[in-house]
Amino acid sequence: MSNIVKMQVYKLFERFWHWLQTVLIFILLFSGFRIHGTHELISFSDATTLHTWAAILIMMLWAFATFWLFTTGEWRHYVPTRENLISVARFYILGIFKGEHHPYIKTYRRKHNPLQAIAYMMLKIVIFPAIWMSGTIYLLISFGLGDFLSGVGTVWIARIHTLAAVSIVGFFIVHIYMLTMGHSFIGHIKPMITGFDDVDLTDEQLAYLQADELDIIKENSQPLQDATH
Amino acid sequence: MKKYRYYTKSHYLLKLMIISIITGLFFMGTLVIADQSPTLEVGISEYAKSSQDQSRKTPKKSHSTTDHSSIEKLQGPFTTGPEVTKACLECHNEVGRQFMKNIHWTWDYKHPKTGQHLGKSVLVNNYCINARGNEGMCAQCHAGYNMTNSDFDFSNQENIDCLICHESTGTYYKTPTTKGNKACVNMFKDKPEIEWAKIAQSVALPSRNNCGVCHFFGGGGDNVKHGDLSSVLFDPPRDVDIHMSAEGENFTCVTCHVGEGHEWAGSRYEMLVNDTVGMGKPGMVRKTASCESCHGASPHPIKTVNGMKLNGHTDRVACETCHIPEIAKGGVATKIDWDWRSMGQLKNGKSFKLKEYTQGDGQHRATYKTIKGSLSYAENLQPMYAWFDGTMHYTTIDSQFDPALSSININSFSGSREDPNSRIYPFKRMHMTQPYDKGNNTLIYMHLWGDDDNALWGNFDFSKAIQAGMEENNAPYSGEWGFIETYSYWPINHMVAPKEEALVCADCHVKGGRISHLTGLYIPGAGGDQLLDYIYYIAIFGTLGGVLGHGVIKSIATNRRKNNV
Repeated sequence: MSNIVKMQVYKLFERFWHWLQTVLIFILLFSGFRIHGTHELISFSDATTLHTWAAILIMMLWAFATFWLFTTGEWRHYVPTRENLISVARFYILGIFKGEHHPYIKTYRRKHNPLQAIAYMMLKIVIFPAIWMSGTIYLLISFGLGDFLSGVGTVWIARIHTLAAVSIVGFFIVHIYMLTMGHSFIGHIKPMITGFDDVDLTDEQLAYLQADELDIIKENSQPLQDATH
Repeated sequence: MKKYRYYTKSHYLLKLMIISIITGLFFMGTLVIADQSPTLEVGISEYAKSSQDQSRKTPKKSHSTTDHSSIEKLQGPFTTGPEVTKACLECHNEVGRQFMKNIHWTWDYKHPKTGQHLGKSVLVNNYCINARGNEGMCAQCHAGYNMTNSDFDFSNQENIDCLICHESTGTYYKTPTTKGNKACVNMFKDKPEIEWAKIAQSVALPSRNNCGVCHFFGGGGDNVKHGDLSSVLFDPPRDVDIHMSAEGENFTCVTCHVGEGHEWAGSRYEMLVNDTVGMGKPGMVRKTASCESCHGASPHPIKTVNGMKLNGHTDRVACETCHIPEIAKGGVATKIDWDWRSMGQLKNGKSFKLKEYTQGDGQHRATYKTIKGSLSYAENLQPMYAWFDGTMHYTTIDSQFDPALSSININSFSGSREDPNSRIYPFKRMHMTQPYDKGNNTLIYMHLWGDDDNALWGNFDFSKAIQAGMEENNAPYSGEWGFIETYSYWPINHMVAPKEEALVCADCHVKGGRISHLTGLYIPGAGGDQLLDYIYYIAIFGTLGGVLGHGVIKSIATNRRKNNV
């Protein structure tokens, strides 16, 4: 028996993290591509200042987020799984054109579909580390504190940094496009604002939440529903 | 209507006539003016301004513990320079020994790193070519008396010229020590007689007027040689030189060129380009003329990101690179090209000058001189930039080169990105087409000055002047000469701009920026890695295309399904 319940999937911190990160990534991309010479909408020195401060802020945010992920156990949501992977991939390649429904509904243990989980995981363990590590090295060198890094050429650091930035742009494009699929664009953004989304709960999970964490379940979703709608 | 049109036509005709008459008159007028103006000149001097003018304008307040005007021995009478020097040496009894080690006296320098024998007494440059053998003229800037040829007695202390550096009346001057050819006779005429006693009593610490009289006119005229040392520095506006301007720090030369025992910091042969000591510990005396010796190695305020970033540049970029964005400022141009090939043209059988370059201060500079050839100038000139480790290598009179090379570097320098002691440094580059020994593939000495048949300045004959120049200096000469192109490089240190006029990031961090020609560097924003950028664009637009394609197929499929329903 399963129950589709509107419950809080994105905690307050998670939402704060997501949106602050969005703003900072925008600032970083804008100023970063100015430094790279892609546009000249602001002065190079302003771009450097903006980029440096935004970078320091986002690294602090990531430090908090990492702490949060591990202390809350939320990191488990990002562990890759093969369950439903094929069906979700098949949906994007084929099913979506045939008008099929998305095969995945969030569960209590899995708020991301398996493709999302892999994508976010890669972002967190490959792309973001690539950008913050190369960025930190670059920052240290340009602040004259990088003598111990003298063996590392700035050319390669810059290349890794730029490649990671381009990957983030790519991620962003796909990320936004994904929001247009399924029921509605707003419907996809809303959970990241309110925190609430439909989740497929087992009877036990529902009973537990009703008993102990009532505040993360929407009142009106309390009546048990049949998942085979 | 018809009448009106007719009127218009005649009106235009009238206008046209008036304009042509005015234009005609204007051209006639300029021809007349040109005829009257002294385009035909004889002589060498290009001294438009002089230290004398400046000294009279700025009477000095002395803080010396000695009033030299009350010293008995300085009451004279003196009739020659050496007599004054003798009087100086009676009290300053160590100075002679000290000064004789000074390059201003020796004109001789043994390079500590390259081992090369350098100095004015031997070097070939790409201005007037060589001082050696032409001392009669060139020794006006020797800090001694009676240097008439290269056999000067360097051990005679009485030949030291104390006054050229220490007099403060502005009335002292030097003239050629030997007679030149008649083509040069009207130089230095109408000068008042030197009042030796008065001048001797005026001695003080060297002011910029003392140094400037030689160093601002190196190469035979105002700012000819260096580009960053001109008569403008006698009294520069703030934007020309923040250190030397009265509206800035009002420094004299010796404020930075410090020293002891009559030897000063600051050498072009061996420079300190990467001063990591900076200011040193409080109270520590540094005999260094580097920017860092006052400003430290991290001079930018660290309260902003940019300040920190700029400090992060100081280990690779010389202060001068950003803070001297232009040279030959303030209205006095510098010479950038000299072509000896056209030397010797005569007008009505006489030597002449054409002054067809008008510089910022309104003075006309010679673009052609019979005695020198064709000359080109530049003002507010952007320096060239290169990696520099401070060590200069010279093509000396005995260096052989390959004449097939497109040009010969009179001096060249080492330095690279890989060398942690090198920094990106600004230079003035001088180009010249000058004679060389075609048989031996070496540079040559020329006999320029003298009242004889071989002096170039008078006879305008390269063959004779080279033959004589090589012979009198015992340099091997094949007897054959040709012309070769040369470059010389002058490190730039003066004419530091106020900070608001320093370079900004985007002067280099931009495509085609000031140092875009330097290789092996990653300069953000300078558009290196062009190929990678294209790959990035393809990746981003590919992703965009991918999702758009997916979206289009999706909507087509949806529409088709709806229609089928």
